[in-house]
Amino acid sequence: MSTTTTQPGGGTPAGNAPASPGKTGATELVSWKAGIGLSLLAILGTVLFGFMSNSKSAGFGIAEAANEAASSVAALVTFVLALLLSVGLGYLWFVRRRSGLASGSGTVPGWLPASTVAAVVVLGLAALGVAKVSKITLPSAAIGWIAAVILLGLAGYTVYLTQAKKSAPRWVGGTFAAVFLIGFMVWIVAGGNGDEPSISLAGLIAGSVTLAVPLVFGSLSGVLCERVGVVNIAIEGQLLLGAFSAAVVATVTHNVYAGLVAAAVAGTLVSLVLAVVSIKYLVNQIIVGVVLNVLISGLTSFLFSTLLTADPDGLNKPGRLPPVDIPFLSDIPIIGPILFHQSLVGYLMYIAVIVVYLGLFHTKWGLRVRAVGEHPQAADTVGINVNRTRFWNVLMGGAIAGIGGSFFTLVSVDAFSKDMSGGRGYIALAALIFGRWNPIGAFLAALLFGFADNLQSVITIIGSPVPSQFMAMLPYALTVFAVAGLVGRSRPPAASGIPYVKG
Amino acid sequence: MSESNTPRQENEVEPERPETLDDEVVLDVALDTADGAMAPSVIPATSQGGQIPHAAGGSVFRQIVTGNAMVSVLSVLLAIVLGGILMAVTNPKVAETAGYFFAQPGDMLTEVFRPYVALVQGSIFNWAGADAAAQLYPITETLTVSTPLILAGLGVALAFRAGLFNIGAQGQIIFGALFGAYVGFTWHLPFLVHLLLVIVAGFVGGAVWGGVVGLLKARTGAHEVIVTIMLNYIANFLLLFLLTTPAFQRKGSTNPISPFLDQSALFPELLGPQFRLHAGFLLAVLATVFVWWLLKRSTLGFEFRAVGANQSAARTAGINVPRAVILVMALAGALAGLAGIAQVSGTEKYLSGGVAASIGFDAITVALLGRSTPWGTFFAGLLFGAFRAGGVAMQAETQTPIDIVLVIQSLIVLFIAAPPLVRAIFGLNPRKKKKATGGPGSGSIPSGKLESGAATA
Repeated sequence: MSTTTTQPGGGTPAGNAPASPGKTGATELVSWKAGIGLSLLAILGTVLFGFMSNSKSAGFGIAEAANEAASSVAALVTFVLALLLSVGLGYLWFVRRRSGLASGSGTVPGWLPASTVAAVVVLGLAALGVAKVSKITLPSAAIGWIAAVILLGLAGYTVYLTQAKKSAPRWVGGTFAAVFLIGFMVWIVAGGNGDEPSISLAGLIAGSVTLAVPLVFGSLSGVLCERVGVVNIAIEGQLLLGAFSAAVVATVTHNVYAGLVAAAVAGTLVSLVLAVVSIKYLVNQIIVGVVLNVLISGLTSFLFSTLLTADPDGLNKPGRLPPVDIPFLSDIPIIGPILFHQSLVGYLMYIAVIVVYLGLFHTKWGLRVRAVGEHPQAADTVGINVNRTRFWNVLMGGAIAGIGGSFFTLVSVDAFSKDMSGGRGYIALAALIFGRWNPIGAFLAALLFGFADNLQSVITIIGSPVPSQFMAMLPYALTVFAVAGLVGRSRPPAASGIPYVKG
Repeated sequence: MSESNTPRQENEVEPERPETLDDEVVLDVALDTADGAMAPSVIPATSQGGQIPHAAGGSVFRQIVTGNAMVSVLSVLLAIVLGGILMAVTNPKVAETAGYFFAQPGDMLTEVFRPYVALVQGSIFNWAGADAAAQLYPITETLTVSTPLILAGLGVALAFRAGLFNIGAQGQIIFGALFGAYVGFTWHLPFLVHLLLVIVAGFVGGAVWGGVVGLLKARTGAHEVIVTIMLNYIANFLLLFLLTTPAFQRKGSTNPISPFLDQSALFPELLGPQFRLHAGFLLAVLATVFVWWLLKRSTLGFEFRAVGANQSAARTAGINVPRAVILVMALAGALAGLAGIAQVSGTEKYLSGGVAASIGFDAITVALLGRSTPWGTFFAGLLFGAFRAGGVAMQAETQTPIDIVLVIQSLIVLFIAAPPLVRAIFGLNPRKKKKATGGPGSGSIPSGKLESGAATA
């Protein structure tokens, strides 16, 4: 359904693949974690999707386009493009792989399989659009059992490989996650009330992207800070102060864009305190972060209760950033409304992810930043000013998180309220870890968390076999597994949290 | 931590003193991070009590003025002043009275100080009260509110001493309350036995939730900060879920709240029914004594502190580091679990979704203010309990939102964590007054670092 959201679990996001576990297996000790973890999940899947399935079928609605003619043209064009792209990428993958196998040294770059799969998914969605399918109905028991068998097979394969002292290739994890997700979705929808329960797939995914916006900004802020060696727990505070300032400034100036800028400034301000206290006065960064969160929460709540409630029209009525359609692209079925029907903050999110990713991994600046985060002494030796680099990166991260905060008051709700970020800064932290300190990984993890969040509210409406509290728990549980190394390996930058003193 | 077994250099009459602010900070951090090998400890090494090699010496007066106690007091003072400014700026009446400030300065000053007066009246002594009971009610309220803060604060502080950042007090409180409340309203036992079992259940509940963190940290290296934050949410959702199940939900109620605990499972009231103060406060005192004994007198506590000072060194010395990490987290969780018991068995008398309120997060600030020592945490808990209790009265009396208490608390902790900042603000930097007096060879940073490195190892 959406392979993109399953990627953090399985495939390593592009650009962050220094170690290739597939090759080194024969000589090194292989951990049993993957085998055991997958087996447990497969058994869980079998019980839930197979034994506990019912005879109902699950319906997945695909949004009907607003403009039929434009939509079908867009779908056709997308279909052709996606077809060309899939074939091209697939061919490239095949050639690279064969030459790699022949020479015994070359490997397929990490982005190739990932983008091929993405292209195929787009192709499939476009094909649905071309065929004008408005709803897919799946028999839950059959799909459940098929999923269970595949899960068990994959887990068994992993165990077999571990037995043979090899580690499982990456596609196993990716496929496992995708199949698990499909099985789960079918099971949970079929468990709803009514004879043929169904949900709108397009609405579900579009809602997930919307909910993920502040998470993505927050985790990008975390990536920028942690990559340079400063732990940023203050994301929550940056989001909250961003939301507050955006609301107040946008109301006072009657200009939402001024609010956006104010949010960035507010986030930077929080970062400034973090940077000064932790870099100049060398206080433990985690403490500064935790304390800043409490401080911002108290400060904004206090000001809200005193000033904003006294004069809501004059201080807390920011208005909204309107959604902007990108012509033609927004007409593509399913993908169009999700990607190309966003507010300015939503588009800024895509830009920020790409810029941070390219900046960190494909520029000289990024190399320096990562060097400072991994080995500040070495970076200092080659003439990089460690603390200055850290200082500017932390400020930049604050600005990004601040913009994310503006989402709350300028896009989702048009007024500030107490503690309205509601712990999303901490989920952003989780997304950053789940995404392995990589902007793209963090983006995908944030999407997954947004998806879980949205799914939770959707299934409370249709009724479901899983209590909504457990759905709400999912991001946090996944993060604990990720940090414990059960879902791939998650390693922070080596110098993260350690102040640098030139010695 | 390391100060008790610092190898002293006998030939040195007076340890060298650094000459500039940066030098001192550099030395402290070098000591604290084992020369950049690990993250700095929670409380700056200079503030942890005991002697730091390069910071010793000087007159008694100067030690007091530049010392830790002074920094704490000044931090509190500074935070209160800043909080006062914030309240004054946002209070329209202050602006009003400021208009005729020179005619009648008293009006404005009264208006500025009114919230703090209400705070004191609501937390310590209410001189406007009708009788002795009404006058003393605030102080008993402070003690009641402090009880869970102290217990949870001890949990956080204990983990700090072992070098672990336990943000998970919130979840541990929930687990303690969950276990304790279940025993409290499903079992029906005689008075003392029942209460004891509830306490044990809370202890175990917290220990389980804290122990998971220790286990993950020791076995997989998962960072405890992340794990505890996540476990807080998981515990919270689990609590909300359980409160909708028949086993926990009150009969005939649609709200997610549990039945009342049996009378036999409640802490007895200490001063009669007109005060909320309950015997849980005695539990907090006992726990403080226990933690003091554990850290200062027991082998286990020594191991904890050694692990906190330097894990590698502790391992080299033959301490089982994973075991210490698991144990300290379990114990920290157990203490926080007791805070949950103080809530369900003392103050609230039933289990609800908001049982932990924000105690778990306040506990972090309590432990930081108390510099992670047992008695420091105790008094910090009392102070923050007073802020909380007084804040409620202040909000009722002067319509100042209680959120100001959060601002003051966090400012206090921010200043405490950065002694150089406070000293700079008050112009108390020790080395500006006195030049280095050490013999030849002293005063150079490398040798200072060498020494401090040895002290940590």
